[in-house]
Amino acid sequence: MAAGHSPLPEHGELTVPIIEVKGVRRDFLVRRKAGRMRRTASVVTAVRDLDFGVESGEMVGYIGPNGAGKSTTIKMLTGILVPSAGQLSVAGLTPYVQRTTLARKIGVVFGQRTTLWWDLPLRDTFDLLRRIYRVPDSRFRANLATFTELLDLGPLLDTPVRQLSLGQRMRGDLAAALLHDPEVVYLDEPTIGLDVVSKANLRNFLRQTNRERGTTVLLTTHDLDDIEQLCSRVMVIDSGRLVYDGGLAGLHQLGDARRTLVVDLVEPAAALDLPGAQTLRVEGPRQWLSFPADASAAPLIAALAERHAVADLSIREPDIEAVITSIYTSAKLPKPPE
Amino acid sequence: MASGISAAGWNLRTYLLLARMWIRVSMTYRASFVTLTVGQFFITGLDFIGIAILFSNVDALAGFSFSEVAFLYGGSALCLGLADLVLGNIEKLGTRIRMGTFDAMLVRPVSVFVQMCADEFALRRLGRIAQAAGVFVWSVVALDIDWTASRVAMVPYLVGTGTVIFLALFTIGAAVQFWTAESSELSNAFTYGGSTLAQFPLSIYPREAVKALTFVVPLGFVNWYPSLYILDRPDPFGFPAVLQFAGAIAAALLSLLAAVVWRRGTRHYQSTGS
Repeated sequence: MAAGHSPLPEHGELTVPIIEVKGVRRDFLVRRKAGRMRRTASVVTAVRDLDFGVESGEMVGYIGPNGAGKSTTIKMLTGILVPSAGQLSVAGLTPYVQRTTLARKIGVVFGQRTTLWWDLPLRDTFDLLRRIYRVPDSRFRANLATFTELLDLGPLLDTPVRQLSLGQRMRGDLAAALLHDPEVVYLDEPTIGLDVVSKANLRNFLRQTNRERGTTVLLTTHDLDDIEQLCSRVMVIDSGRLVYDGGLAGLHQLGDARRTLVVDLVEPAAALDLPGAQTLRVEGPRQWLSFPADASAAPLIAALAERHAVADLSIREPDIEAVITSIYTSAKLPKPPE
Repeated sequence: MASGISAAGWNLRTYLLLARMWIRVSMTYRASFVTLTVGQFFITGLDFIGIAILFSNVDALAGFSFSEVAFLYGGSALCLGLADLVLGNIEKLGTRIRMGTFDAMLVRPVSVFVQMCADEFALRRLGRIAQAAGVFVWSVVALDIDWTASRVAMVPYLVGTGTVIFLALFTIGAAVQFWTAESSELSNAFTYGGSTLAQFPLSIYPREAVKALTFVVPLGFVNWYPSLYILDRPDPFGFPAVLQFAGAIAAALLSLLAAVVWRRGTRHYQSTGS
């Protein structure tokens, strides 16, 4: 938990941000079928008034519900998409103008789909990337050795990518994105679909890479644990607007997120009425109680134990969707939490 | 300019690098590679068998003998085969865009055009080329051509300009998918369909259609005009003889158009994201 909360290094204040986003907006023209032949077009703004900077060596979490504008932002930062308005700069370059030059300085991992060649074994893929990115031989060998060890790629090097499991493929993707020593890495949901062990390994690797190589990391995720364990800073986007930019602790305080206490009573009872808590649901002997995330659970449990015989207890932390929802209550979220 | 030349050299090197990688992949399944190559040889050869059957019933087609039609067929099929080998999979652009894998190409430090051209480079297309070259060589032997130096030089000129015309057409057909993001049917109609048209003497078509094949979709320059020169035939439509040498101009103009359309297409993609 604590690893991610270390403050920025002193020199952070002096350097120019490696990622600079000023007043960026991105509109999409959406065409809909209206009748047999007719189509109507409407402008949808995916991202608006986006302003932020990321210092070199920072590891920033970028979160928000589906369709909030995360991927659009990353696509603009890689040069895939041109912004409709505003200014962008990454590593001193304007992404959509100097896309191929910038490509040497950035690494990208799209969690949902691989950027590797489906039919090639990882070893050949890495070799091809070495040539495409013109990585010096010594750097390539050193990097490959490091990544092979840290990501445990040794047994996978000769397997074609299509035969790898999701977790294995993700490790391959990550190594591929870092082989050319990029200054900035964008990770779009790198832990999606991974099991607990794979997630932990991946996070360790990212932490180590960030610390030892000074790689700037911007990662989008739906997994609050990713953020808690990796990022000292989190940006929340909703409906195309940046609604929060700061520490993780602040995120909890800012919104009135709530935790849930799940109680198994010895005997079924009527809905509990305890100070500072709200009973959400009753199902036989089991009841769900909601209480503020920043309040201690201890007095609540004490009060409960005083009045009822308790068989078991568990606490559920607020999930990321709930935190975001609570921060940005003024607008309806486009999608319900999954 | 020096940077332009080095960029071109770098693009060519990357192309060869990617192509070699795909060849190696296909060679891991050697038996399947051989089957597919031989299959391509025979399937594309069916076109020619059709022409041969036609000529078992007639002696001439719009004034052209069987060996002359074989010469026209061979020339067109050879150019198409070479272009297909170089960038045949560019037509999968729409699929890549729909699947979102085109984005992965945009974050690589290499031209996306080069990446698309080399994508899944298939050496099995040599089957089609071998078949076309076979017919072409056979027709040259069968025909009694007066091989002056300029007629000899016209053969590589035909193959070169014809291939470039097909390359440009493939590119334009693919680039259209930046806007439609749909299947390659439309582009195939022009490339594969066009090559089928150009396999026959254009004298079988109405005059207006031949004009269109000269000035709109300049497939006439692939084999028809240079073949008229090599075969020493007067233009059946009475079009100026200078057209027989104008293939390079047509190829250059079409390439320019292809470059513009491709560039605008990528810009369009970057501004729409779809």
